[in-house]
Amino acid sequence: MRLASRLFAFALTCLMPSAAMAQGGKVVKIGVLNDMSGLYADLGGPGSVVAAKMAAEEFGNKVAGMPIEIVSADHQNKPDIGSGIATKWIDVDGVDAILDVPNSGVALAMAKIASDKNKVFIDSGAATSDLTGKACTPNTVHWTYDTWSLANGTGKYVVKAGGDTWFFLVADYAFGKALERDTKTVVEANGGKVLGSVSHPLNASDFSSFLLQAQASKAKIIGLANAGGDTINSIKAASEFGIVQGGQKMAGLLVFISDIHALGLKAANGLQLTSAFYWDTNDATRAWSKKFAARHNGRMPTMVQAGVYAGVLHYLKAVQALKSDEDGKAVVAKMKSLPTDDPAFGKGTIRADGRKIHPMYLFEVKKPNESKGAWDYYKLIREIPAAEAFRPLDQGACPLVAAAAKK
Amino acid sequence: MTTVFGVPIQALFSQLLVGLINGSFYALLSLGLAIIFGLLNIINFCHGALYMLGALVAWLLLRFFDLGYWPALLIAPLVVGLFGMLIERTMLKRLQGLDPLFGLLLTFGLALVIQGVARNYFGVSGEPYDVPEQLTGGRNLGFMFLPNYRAWVVLVSVVLCGLTWFVAERTRMGAYLRAATENPVLVQAFGINVPRLITITYGLGVALAALAGVMAAPIYRVNPLMGADLIIVVFAVVVIGGMGSILGSIVTGFALGVIEGLTKVFYPEASNTVVFVIMAIVLLVKPAGLFGRTA
Repeated sequence: MRLASRLFAFALTCLMPSAAMAQGGKVVKIGVLNDMSGLYADLGGPGSVVAAKMAAEEFGNKVAGMPIEIVSADHQNKPDIGSGIATKWIDVDGVDAILDVPNSGVALAMAKIASDKNKVFIDSGAATSDLTGKACTPNTVHWTYDTWSLANGTGKYVVKAGGDTWFFLVADYAFGKALERDTKTVVEANGGKVLGSVSHPLNASDFSSFLLQAQASKAKIIGLANAGGDTINSIKAASEFGIVQGGQKMAGLLVFISDIHALGLKAANGLQLTSAFYWDTNDATRAWSKKFAARHNGRMPTMVQAGVYAGVLHYLKAVQALKSDEDGKAVVAKMKSLPTDDPAFGKGTIRADGRKIHPMYLFEVKKPNESKGAWDYYKLIREIPAAEAFRPLDQGACPLVAAAAKK
Repeated sequence: MTTVFGVPIQALFSQLLVGLINGSFYALLSLGLAIIFGLLNIINFCHGALYMLGALVAWLLLRFFDLGYWPALLIAPLVVGLFGMLIERTMLKRLQGLDPLFGLLLTFGLALVIQGVARNYFGVSGEPYDVPEQLTGGRNLGFMFLPNYRAWVVLVSVVLCGLTWFVAERTRMGAYLRAATENPVLVQAFGINVPRLITITYGLGVALAALAGVMAAPIYRVNPLMGADLIIVVFAVVVIGGMGSILGSIVTGFALGVIEGLTKVFYPEASNTVVFVIMAIVLLVKPAGLFGRTA
């Protein structure tokens, strides 16, 4: 008995290292890390996993002779939990690339881990423009959108259309403050004026008090520097309290199609928003989105989910070109040198600071009678060309840019 | 313009009114909790989940049976109330006589299960539910625009609270119930079916939560987490009012709504915490709560 267990233990110690080695090199492992159950679950969540799997399947679940495996986990919007999962993924499970990661706080922690351990980090869900600014690393790609591009899209256009006085409703944490700051800069640079703002707690249930304050300010535009459920409740209360009928306009600074779906067009119509992706843009987006919806309870993809799909696709192309996934920095460098091309975002590039460049779109939410059916929600107001959609390379204070210039 | 601490008096009035509206939800929910605790000695942690279930049933009725707000106002509490009775009969009943902590654990677990199942099928963003046509629009009160639907919510809530208080404190049925909690054996000896009485009371408390859920659906969204967000505040209301005191929970519910509304004007960042600060102070000064009788 004792001998048997000793033999067993010996056999195990012999087997283990080879098993670990097999995990490290011969499988391309992609981890989708996001909010699977909380207030951001509908804009990324399980849908992002579906998107990643779709990209892997286009490669036949195999790249450069290595099988592709997709794993996923819930970071619960907590940087410590997210860091714990990522560390275990990389050290024990042999994960090569981490995808999605909404919530700016968790995303900034992830950028650091990926860079320390030389893995690949492709963010789609987080907003903070610092990921390609002062917190940029040679291992990060920021795919879909950021606070600068949102502020630039919605802020600039709304001021130009005559909305020159603003009042902000701000989610009282880093993301809301950053979005308010970036938008305020854009509004003032274009000749607008900010009359005031009110900070509300994250996940507040009732917004009527805050909206009455916005109403009293007599500002032409009420800017919503919040996200998810908070944005939904703000818009709903505004429609109920007759704020839009009273002549003030709402500007959603970060609105996802899942939010509009939850609001219904009756409450949301007329809202202007900036997005990197809309399923009904062209034949390629329609075809891909319909495939996605068929696998995700009939729900059309958000821009975050589309970004995860496109990010995985481009990552796999880089791995294929290098025939290896070992060196994270080399893979990201390859991703930057290869032009991007996918059905969701069309052709594009990745800049030296890790910023993925594509056009952004300014949309207005349709009136109920303009919509032809479920998920027919947006009409295009303006396409913001790729060259103008993101912060100019030299204004982000990313150390990589200076280094690249010296060479 | 007249001002109070730098805030125009008109703005203050409108914030008071908004606070009253939120307070009516607190009152309705804490009322159900107070009845269930006061009469059954159960700390019903799945109250928030049942409130959500009420809204969800209303939405399902509309989506699949084309039944609008008014029928839902009746059917949803009935369905959820029956579901509550089923919970009481099959599960809570077995915990009778044990430490209330066991009931808390069971109902907390139930809340997680109900919310998890709903989240699995409906996502977290929720589904829209329109204000019934008869109550759309609103009137201008001079100092603010009051949506008709919100006025209706306050009205219903005040009537229901009054009615519940009357039934529990002034009728024969209420007297039986109060007696049954004091001494179930003796009351049973008088020929009253105490277990059935308890099941019905639990069902009624749950139906109140479901009704609040239906009324909340047009204001917020039908969202699997709507109850989880609210239940903690409502528990604080019950604790401040005095565990199990019906009048206490009604008065505290409305009062805290108003205080919260005022906080949103003077220091909005604290509006989510002010209720708990008050709870801490009340517990220090009067541990049994404002209206509680010391055991």
